[in-house]
Amino acid sequence: MLQGVDLACVRGQRRLFGNLNFSVPPGEALWVSGPNGSGKTSLLRMLCTLLAPEAGEVRWRGEAVRELGEAYRAELAYLGHAAAVKDDLSGLENLRFALAQDGLRVPEAALADALGRFGLAEREDLPARVLSQGQRRRVSLARLLFCSERPLWILDEPLTALDVQAIDLVRTLIAAHLGRGCVVVLTSHQEVDLSGVKVQNLRLAG
Amino acid sequence: MEAVLDTARENRTGLAGVFVSVVQRDLLLAVRRRADVLTSFFFFIIVVSLFPLGVGPEPNTLREIAPGVVWVAALLASMLALHRLLAGDYADGTLEQLVLSAQPLTLLVLGKILAHWLVTGIPLVLIAPLLGLQFGLPGDALAVMTLGLLLGTPVLSMLGAIGAALTLGVRGAGGLVALLVLPLYIPVLIFGAGAVSAAMSGQSVEGHMSLLAAFLLFSVVVAPWATAAAIRIAME
Repeated sequence: MLQGVDLACVRGQRRLFGNLNFSVPPGEALWVSGPNGSGKTSLLRMLCTLLAPEAGEVRWRGEAVRELGEAYRAELAYLGHAAAVKDDLSGLENLRFALAQDGLRVPEAALADALGRFGLAEREDLPARVLSQGQRRRVSLARLLFCSERPLWILDEPLTALDVQAIDLVRTLIAAHLGRGCVVVLTSHQEVDLSGVKVQNLRLAG
Repeated sequence: MEAVLDTARENRTGLAGVFVSVVQRDLLLAVRRRADVLTSFFFFIIVVSLFPLGVGPEPNTLREIAPGVVWVAALLASMLALHRLLAGDYADGTLEQLVLSAQPLTLLVLGKILAHWLVTGIPLVLIAPLLGLQFGLPGDALAVMTLGLLLGTPVLSMLGAIGAALTLGVRGAGGLVALLVLPLYIPVLIFGAGAVSAAMSGQSVEGHMSLLAAFLLFSVVVAPWATAAAIRIAME
């Protein structure tokens, strides 16, 4: 479903990787690992068209994503390195606007419910400024609860700063998404233990 | 949870919904960060008010310099507010999400510019007649100045957006934006201030106003597109 063909990445003067090939069939996860600075984030940004590959191309359902454009972006949910959480907005408002940008208008109660599942019950009205690193991460992850119709999830370090409980919840979400025959790409320094699902490991040498 | 997803599905919004949410979000952020907004507003008031104090109370001199002073101050004030337009979104990753939206980035950028103008441009337009009184401007000149600002300040926001997008991620972006954007402001300054002078000398202001309106239309078409292109480059 998702394919990388001869991908190469150059940042500044450094060649991070070249001739990178992979193919992820439906229902499988791609776990990108490697040391700091090996190009994990760059690869993920390439997969979601934020970064143009130096060589090669990314294909989605056999077609080059550059050509698919908006049709591809409509199928994609990307959680970046930066959490895309506004300090001056509350968790609830952050989630509401993030979903509004996805073209979803979700009732307040459902938003609060989603934040509650991520352990932010009663904190949903606090400005994100006062939340901890992990809690901010949870606010951005709560968006995934509403992204089940987007068949490609690209998650950059989704487990960073999370406690065991939240990690479990993210794992469940990922497993459920793969169960729907969708594709998840993620980076993580920890071994990702997704019981019962197929995980490909793509190791970038650095 | 499934029930929740169903309600979300029923409430799918198209481009209009996304556009409105972009505007709403930026307006809400401006309300939360009032100090930022008030800075450029008071900057405008203070700069304009300093001139009568510096130049002296000679009524004819004041009336003559008034259009230029008000317009130059408006240019500087709107430039002062530009750093808020995109830099924050760039830093916290919200801009990435905007680029990845399934809706055309050009229109979403237009939404951001609109919100920015509502917050920084409109207050200048509203306070300008009051400041014009300090310079002893006659009523019809005040009206022309206000109308000119109403047409001109959105152009300033749009041209400024291009500059703000081109300097994303650049160190010392503030100074660079000024160098990039101020020259582009020149036509608006000439015809905006020219209209007021023309009104005071009893000439028709139609030509000036038509040109300002033409700038506005031109920048509505070109600026969001150029800004979106610059944002995409900044993402790489």
